[in-house]
Amino acid sequence: MEFLSDMWQFLSERKKYWLAPIIIFLVILSILFLIGSSSAVSSLIYTLF
Amino acid sequence: MSKILGISAFYHDSAAAILVDGEIVAAVQEERFTREKHYADFPSQSIEYCLQEANLGFDELDAIVFYDKPFLKFERLLETYFQRAPSGFVSFLNAMPVWLNKKLFLKGLIRKELRKLGMNKKSKVKLLFSEHHLSHAASAYYPSPFEDAAIITIDGVGEWATATIGRGRGSKVEILKEMHFPHSVGLLYSAFTYFLGFRVNSGEYKLMGLAPYGNEQAEQTEIFKKTILDKLVQVFDDGSIWLNQEYFSYTTKMRMIPDNKWEALFGFPKRKEGDPIDNNHCNLALAIQEITEMIVIRMAKGARRMTGCENLCLAGGVALNCVANGKLERAGIFDNIWIQPAAGDAGGSLGAALAVYHMYFNLDRELNSESDGMKSAYLGPGYSDHEVEAMNEKHKASCEKFENEEELIAELATYLEKGSVVGWFQGRMEFGPRSLGNRSILANPSSPGMQEILNEKIKNRETFRPFAPMILEEDAAAVFEGVKSAPYMLKVYQLNEDFRKDIPEGYKELSALDKLYTERSSFQAITHVDFSARVQTLSEEQNPKLHKLLSEIKLRTGIGMLVNTSFNVRGEPIVCTPEDAYSCFINTGMDYLVIHNYLYNKSDQVHLVNTSSERKEFPKD
Repeated sequence: MEFLSDMWQFLSERKKYWLAPIIIFLVILSILFLIGSSSAVSSLIYTLF
Repeated sequence: MSKILGISAFYHDSAAAILVDGEIVAAVQEERFTREKHYADFPSQSIEYCLQEANLGFDELDAIVFYDKPFLKFERLLETYFQRAPSGFVSFLNAMPVWLNKKLFLKGLIRKELRKLGMNKKSKVKLLFSEHHLSHAASAYYPSPFEDAAIITIDGVGEWATATIGRGRGSKVEILKEMHFPHSVGLLYSAFTYFLGFRVNSGEYKLMGLAPYGNEQAEQTEIFKKTILDKLVQVFDDGSIWLNQEYFSYTTKMRMIPDNKWEALFGFPKRKEGDPIDNNHCNLALAIQEITEMIVIRMAKGARRMTGCENLCLAGGVALNCVANGKLERAGIFDNIWIQPAAGDAGGSLGAALAVYHMYFNLDRELNSESDGMKSAYLGPGYSDHEVEAMNEKHKASCEKFENEEELIAELATYLEKGSVVGWFQGRMEFGPRSLGNRSILANPSSPGMQEILNEKIKNRETFRPFAPMILEEDAAAVFEGVKSAPYMLKVYQLNEDFRKDIPEGYKELSALDKLYTERSSFQAITHVDFSARVQTLSEEQNPKLHKLLSEIKLRTGIGMLVNTSFNVRGEPIVCTPEDAYSCFINTGMDYLVIHNYLYNKSDQVHLVNTSSERKEFPKD
């Protein structure tokens, strides 16, 4: 949560809201990769794609 | 009471520094503990040391500050990739994992590492982030002896800024102008470092040492300079630059430059590490060095115009370019110049802490106009006699303890006069890249062949590299032209004519090695091939024990001067503990070692083989 609020504050200060979707996409992608590397949930990830 | 811990990490040269009521109590680079040069990970041992030196726990701190802003850096990364897409996709894929797993979540990561060191999970200590170049600017201005000064910071890149001009007045630092990535003096210099076969981020000082071997009168040098200015870099009146990205790859690839384009431009292949050095390399090194000096001088003129100040403070990696600093001083743009001795990223930890102290907590600055606030840079760990004796026992080291310091000094002076090489270990170690007299190797500068002995038998480093002199402050003007106080060895001066020897006709056209071996000075070991020297002046206030030694040398030779080179071998961080020092002494051609008042004679040491087999191998830098 702290990360999200810090990031939002940063984007607001810099007025670079266009970066928000890119950062969110990259973070979600990295989380998926991280989860995907654990075999227990990898089958769930595959069904998503 | 206000206590602030500064941290720099995760790029290169991680470090920590601690301030108590505005006083710099301790500062140290992590490489000194890990024994891995330019160590970049979290500086755990440095933080532990700083807290111990200040006798503080985490809960007693008012703030912990990191030296740059990761979100801003990530913004630069994303925008640069976005602008250059689709080229740069491979580099993007390489960079993202480390950012998405680590650097973007730096706040959490720092907290996690601090908790490992004992910080309470519910600790309310503020964790702050300073901008990279503000950290550099603060490290340059606050410890300086000036009440009002222009500030210039120049390095590779921070977040967006690659160079800034600012002003420090009272307890405030204000950044007035910035130059932004990808246009960077530091990256330009690093590109040439790479092309000439040295390592980026560590070999820049070798390029600086190579430049004087170039021939400034050669047509080739002029052609190189013209080519650089026509094709690679446009330099404006205020010292800002524009780099032609057609000739640089660092924004889109995992390398500095497109080798083939540079080879076509300069007419010779990229030098590989360890390849022999020829006149092409020397002349190109000279060309980029002179262009760098031109840029720095123009920036200084711009800073003077903009601020009207008589004093200048400098920091950032480029501020370690002693040749440019010396020329800047001689240009007379400013009356006084002060350069942060830890001008690179390690010094960012100190600058970030100072910035928070004065600009976040709004606490006043107490100016000491007699000297600066860096305590001669002796801000690192020191060790007791008890610890030295424990080391002696462990390694069965044979030594003599002198109760009378004067006797030790007299004996050492005799050895040095005869041409022996002495390892010198005293007090707290230096913060920053230079050995300034507490972790030094000392030798006689007029002893024949001393440069080769030191380079080949002791330091195990490239033959072409010069050595620096340490000289009594009062003797400096007699030996070097226009010398001012230089306690941190950050400026280059020319040797006075009186000590120069006649050089043969055609000297400038000689090869690098022939130039090196030409007898040119009464102090051959510290006189570079262009009669320059990176001088350290030493006063009694700065280092009383070493001042005694230099004074004893003066009594015997007429001039209180010695070679002062860092106590390490190639690729090794400067020795930190008595054990590091003893190990380095045993495994090199050093003749004597002095730790505090203990004198070790190499020929008396009986356990050489065992110690040697235990010694860590240091990869060459």
